Amino acid sequence: MGVKIMIRTLKTMFRSKITATTLALVILSAVNLTPVSAKVEIEFEKQDWSFNGIFGTYDRGALQRGFQVYKEVCAACHSLNLASYRNLSQAGGPEFSEEQVKAIAAEAEVRDGPNDDGEMFDRPGRPSDKFVSPYPNDEAARAANGGALPPDLSLIIKARRDGANYLYSLMTGYGEEPPAGVEVRDGMNYNPFFTGAQIAMPAPLSEEAVEYSDGTKPTVENMSRDVVTFLAWASEPHMEARKTMGFKVLLYLIILAGLLYATTRKLWSRVKH
Amino acid sequence: MSGHSTYQPTNAVAKWFEARLPILGLVHETMVFPTPKNLNYWWTFGGILATFLVLQIITGIILAMHYTPDTGLAFESVEKIMRDVNYGWLLRYAHANGASMFFLAVYIHIFRGLYYGSYKAPRELVWIIGLVIYVAMMATAFMGYLLPWGQMSFWGATVITNFFSAFPIVGDPIVEWLRGGFVVDNPTLVRFFSLHYLLPFILVGLVAMHIWSFHVVGNNNPTGVEVKSVKADTVSFHPYYTIKDSFAIVVFMILYFYLVFYAPNLLGEADNYIKANPLVTPAEIVPEWYFLPFYAILRAVPDKLGGVLLMFASIGVLFLLPWLDTSKVRSATFRPWFRQFFFIFLAVSLGLGYLGGKPAEGGYVLASRILTAYYFAHFLIILPLVGLFETPKKLPESIAKSVLDKQGDSSGDGMVEEKA
Repeated sequence: MGVKIMIRTLKTMFRSKITATTLALVILSAVNLTPVSAKVEIEFEKQDWSFNGIFGTYDRGALQRGFQVYKEVCAACHSLNLASYRNLSQAGGPEFSEEQVKAIAAEAEVRDGPNDDGEMFDRPGRPSDKFVSPYPNDEAARAANGGALPPDLSLIIKARRDGANYLYSLMTGYGEEPPAGVEVRDGMNYNPFFTGAQIAMPAPLSEEAVEYSDGTKPTVENMSRDVVTFLAWASEPHMEARKTMGFKVLLYLIILAGLLYATTRKLWSRVKH
Repeated sequence: MSGHSTYQPTNAVAKWFEARLPILGLVHETMVFPTPKNLNYWWTFGGILATFLVLQIITGIILAMHYTPDTGLAFESVEKIMRDVNYGWLLRYAHANGASMFFLAVYIHIFRGLYYGSYKAPRELVWIIGLVIYVAMMATAFMGYLLPWGQMSFWGATVITNFFSAFPIVGDPIVEWLRGGFVVDNPTLVRFFSLHYLLPFILVGLVAMHIWSFHVVGNNNPTGVEVKSVKADTVSFHPYYTIKDSFAIVVFMILYFYLVFYAPNLLGEADNYIKANPLVTPAEIVPEWYFLPFYAILRAVPDKLGGVLLMFASIGVLFLLPWLDTSKVRSATFRPWFRQFFFIFLAVSLGLGYLGGKPAEGGYVLASRILTAYYFAHFLIILPLVGLFETPKKLPESIAKSVLDKQGDSSGDGMVEEKA
């Protein structure tokens, strides 16, 4: 008897406007989804990057200045292992001339060998060489930096959530006093954008840390924007080629889809379906 | 549906060949296969999936020419592909996003089968072979994800192979056997690469069986009513469905290539651009999005073994579906109760996916438990009971009749996908 009544109630319910779906949504929304230890995710400073969007390209001037910042500041501690000097003259990158790249590469000292006498030797770098690391190995890097390992920067923009804005925020995020109750450990620096808000790297950029030749003011903001652009390119050197090709591919597919839709309509007009 | 081949080769070479090995006849039979004329666009996902399988194999074979399965070189070789191999970036992004689109398509395909009762007699084997394909896809994707040897590759593989250690006695030996050692290391990478290359070809064979099996019993269709008259109810697969499927495939490709060219890392994890480091655990280990519902089920259970068993059971229960659904009516169009429960189940599955990507704490855990319980209740309680108590709507006499009815009444039930 009871079962029958239940079924009848259910049947009426389903026929009525209160559908089971809405019922389920009501039940679900009643469950409090807020986690107990809600982590506050810090907002990065959003910049309007030249490489954002479907038609975005790398700002050539920013790439060249950014390379200068990398070379004169970051490269003291951070490697760029996956890039070669020759990449600096490739299309879609900083597009230095081949002569400039030869000169840039020659400034580096590359360990090569063995020669015919079985000896290792140092020689000036060539465009085909990979960027030379500041340290021979991770252990040496740690030893020189109080135990902290300066990460390789080749992929840094892709290896961090919202990488470009993150790195910009990190570079410009020094100098604030830590909030009350936060104790910055010895040898660490306060930076709200770093995980845990304490970073071993001291503020890398200060006003006029580099001297730009194109008249751009070397403010911390400008240098940060330039070096982030350069590292975004280092992470994704073929981005411009990718976006150009993508536009053609999508245009082609949209036209093809239109044609196929028309064909489908015409073909199926013969059939009652 | 099946019968003797109607293929009549006209040229001499084809005749000679056909007399010895009737492959041309087989292709011909497949092309002229009588297909219900009322299939909607949800039925195009089979063709979309076949396309993606081929695309993944082609891009994968070329990637394998440039990839090195060695823990010391794998990460760098992937970056070599991205930077120095001609169009390597395109191949890799196409392959990585292709996996995601493959899963998106397979989920739509599976839910289409659930909605229209495509798993019911006589199509149980079509459904079961399909599930085997799905499981093989998951294994392939999981092993492929280790290959770039990034942080998430390494830790994902560590966590997932570790599931098996939950089993008493045999657990640890299984984990060691899977990994080829005590931890995920070079032997794991090399065997995963080998199997990642092998499984897609097994998938091709399974797909052939999947297609063969529904060519024996015929396609299901949105009414769920069997084909009564080949002449009135069906059209030839070619050109009607080859063209319609092509349109759908190209539309799906637009979404796919948008991701490849303009948001190639949207579905990836930033951490995977950091080389694997066994000494540093990422803050959060999350699987790829297509595993998230299962991850939520796993974490809903406080006991490790229980979680692992429930996770496996969540797929296992799908194998029993043809016998758990007690209704003889296939299509949800004619099953008012089932249709409601279908959409609740869809919402629950999406909800589990959402929860799988959230940290296992507080309200998230409670929500995961409720949804997990509902997931199983849907199959084990709701489906058997609804089939017994529901009064289905009147079924159309035939596919042809339903088409005519629909044209007479534009608000008819033929337009299910718009109502949904």
